[in-house]
Amino acid sequence: MTVESTAARTPRRSAGSKAGTAGAKAAGTTGTKRTTRTTAKKGTAAQQGADPELVQLLTPEGERVKNADYDQYVDGVTPEELRGLYRDMVLTRRFDAEATALQRQGELGLWASLLGQEAAQIGSGRALRDDDYVFPTYREHGVAWCRGVDPTNLLGMFRGVNNGGWDPNSNNFQLYTIVIGSQTLHATGYAMGIAKDGADSAVIAYFGDGASSQGDVAESFTFSAVYNAPVVFFCQNNQWAISEPTEKQTRVPLYQRAQGFGFPGVRVDGNDVLACLAVTKWALERARAGEGPTLVEAYTYRMGAHTTSDDPTRYRHDDERAAWEAKDPILRLRRYLETSNHANEGFFAELEAESEALGKRVREAVRAMPDPDHFAIFENAYADGHALVDEERAQFAAYQASFADVEGGH
Amino acid sequence: MAETVKNLAMAKAINESLRRALETDPKVLIMGEDVGKLGGVFRVTDGLQKDFGESRVIDTPLAESGIVGTAIGLALRGYRPVVEIQFDGFVFPAYDQIVTQLAKMHARSLGKVKLPVVVRIPYGGGIGAVEHHSESPEALFAHVAGLKVVSPSNASDAYWMMQQAIQSDDPVIYFEPKRRYWDKAEVSTEAIPGPLHKASVVRDGTDLTLAAYGPMVKLCQEVADAAAEEGKSLEVLDLRSVSPLDFDTIQASVEKTRRLVVVHEAPVFFGSGAEIAARITERCFYHLEAPVLRVGGYHAPYPPARLEEEYLPGLDRVLDAVDRALAY
Repeated sequence: MTVESTAARTPRRSAGSKAGTAGAKAAGTTGTKRTTRTTAKKGTAAQQGADPELVQLLTPEGERVKNADYDQYVDGVTPEELRGLYRDMVLTRRFDAEATALQRQGELGLWASLLGQEAAQIGSGRALRDDDYVFPTYREHGVAWCRGVDPTNLLGMFRGVNNGGWDPNSNNFQLYTIVIGSQTLHATGYAMGIAKDGADSAVIAYFGDGASSQGDVAESFTFSAVYNAPVVFFCQNNQWAISEPTEKQTRVPLYQRAQGFGFPGVRVDGNDVLACLAVTKWALERARAGEGPTLVEAYTYRMGAHTTSDDPTRYRHDDERAAWEAKDPILRLRRYLETSNHANEGFFAELEAESEALGKRVREAVRAMPDPDHFAIFENAYADGHALVDEERAQFAAYQASFADVEGGH
Repeated sequence: MAETVKNLAMAKAINESLRRALETDPKVLIMGEDVGKLGGVFRVTDGLQKDFGESRVIDTPLAESGIVGTAIGLALRGYRPVVEIQFDGFVFPAYDQIVTQLAKMHARSLGKVKLPVVVRIPYGGGIGAVEHHSESPEALFAHVAGLKVVSPSNASDAYWMMQQAIQSDDPVIYFEPKRRYWDKAEVSTEAIPGPLHKASVVRDGTDLTLAAYGPMVKLCQEVADAAAEEGKSLEVLDLRSVSPLDFDTIQASVEKTRRLVVVHEAPVFFGSGAEIAARITERCFYHLEAPVLRVGGYHAPYPPARLEEEYLPGLDRVLDAVDRALAY
């Protein structure tokens, strides 16, 4: 279970001979250097049948490859910022592993792990400005991290003490959305509001390959295109919607769907944090410049189960996962940092210590999280109040008080 | 405003109320299918796009979930969208967004986020329409915590309840009785309206209470006229709000008359009348001389127009229920 450890320290058992051969090829990671944007103008019917290509700036081996279209978006990234991306990914994975462990210990009712999707989330999350707005699914723990949402805040709903609970406006990070795809419409509406306000902020909507089948996602594509809304649709295609593979959702590569709605779609190596950063920055720039929506398909892999309640051994083989382990997002950035001398042993050691400290903090915070007051049931059902809620709250209070009387009588 | 009292049809009263909201609050938006140039299929938004522009009176793609879903996003950005669902039977693609998102987001954010969205739905039958154009789905929304559900019965209420719905920080489903769109009444634009969720006693009586809202209030007033000719004194309540329901006003009336008949176009089974009957039985058990009776639609798909007169509550069916209640 190497990938569930806190950080990529050494090449994994599967990283040798399999890398770049059958597994990588099957997954479509062929190290292509050509851009794969399809726009309403550029897209051709021929592309429909062609092998999908994806934007990649870092190979699984950690080699930096040139890309004429997207290099400009990461040329200014300093070694310190690279280390920052690495740190973000390592700490996110550590937090995620801790949450999985806390579920196993009975501290959380459920956890939806992002294991394997760190690059997609950190790359896109770090492309955002503070005034941009994020509409997540329930798995965007890495994006939340980038937005400065305290990771322990994410755990409330999984522990069952609230159904969200953070203030979306304090970090421009909307509550997690469990109903698949609903948030893409909220993101579109918010982006329409930005355009009405004359602001140059942008919105990013996260969703997955499963959600791509939802009508709401199609409607959000339609609305955003028609109103030219400044929104980036960031689809993490992690290959699995619980037990259903992507082939059960679509007959064309997902990024190509954008073409039919009249805006560009691009597939990016979702395990390449630099490529995700570059492509998202490009898409956000388009939004800010009034060029409308973009669909980014981050091609990645859900290394873990759908949630802690899921058993992936029923529907997929270990060798698939092993092939993706060779393309681990953290491992490849580490290799790049090491070969380019952008990080020394001290950095990795310090990060390991920080990572352990984060795990400890999360553990302690969750265990200390109190159950909500019983009357929280009635709180905030309405903003302006509601007579029936008031009446039922009073009945509930009287009912509870009746036990106090009995206990007092003993 | 030049005149402060106008004689307006309900559709025009809503139009003027929307106009006033657009004038006084730059965050108010109108959204829906055909609400722009056409002014809506019932002309409720007539002339608004011309005067306030396409950015505030927005013709949307024909996708109800998209309309409500984007309205939620606009509300999160600080806007106050008033969305039109073209007909009652077309709201269901948006039902998911309304129930799972619009109704719950305030609570999920522990009160940090407010969603002041008004969903306007022309509803009810009696206009000889084709399928999906005559339904009364209000109970499906009243059953959902987080939503408020109202329905005016006359032009003056339509004007003021729309003002209040737009000012509400909660999502409001605003059911417009389409068969009353062209009924005129005096509307004072300087009146001080009562609370949005308070029922009103539109006719005093002593023998039995008729409770209704939206399109059935006028019918109940006609029933009371007919009953008066037979020497029966009926009190008529216009409930105005389905969620919350003003049980205090119903209770006060029933404690006086001791009999209650609830009338709505929606099917009786699991309808708002069922909830009223249950709660009034609890509140007024020792005052009641008869069980609470209900008159409404049947548990069958809304029938073709040539049968709707038999399906919908009419004068005779309500009078029959009145007679049965008085016979106890």
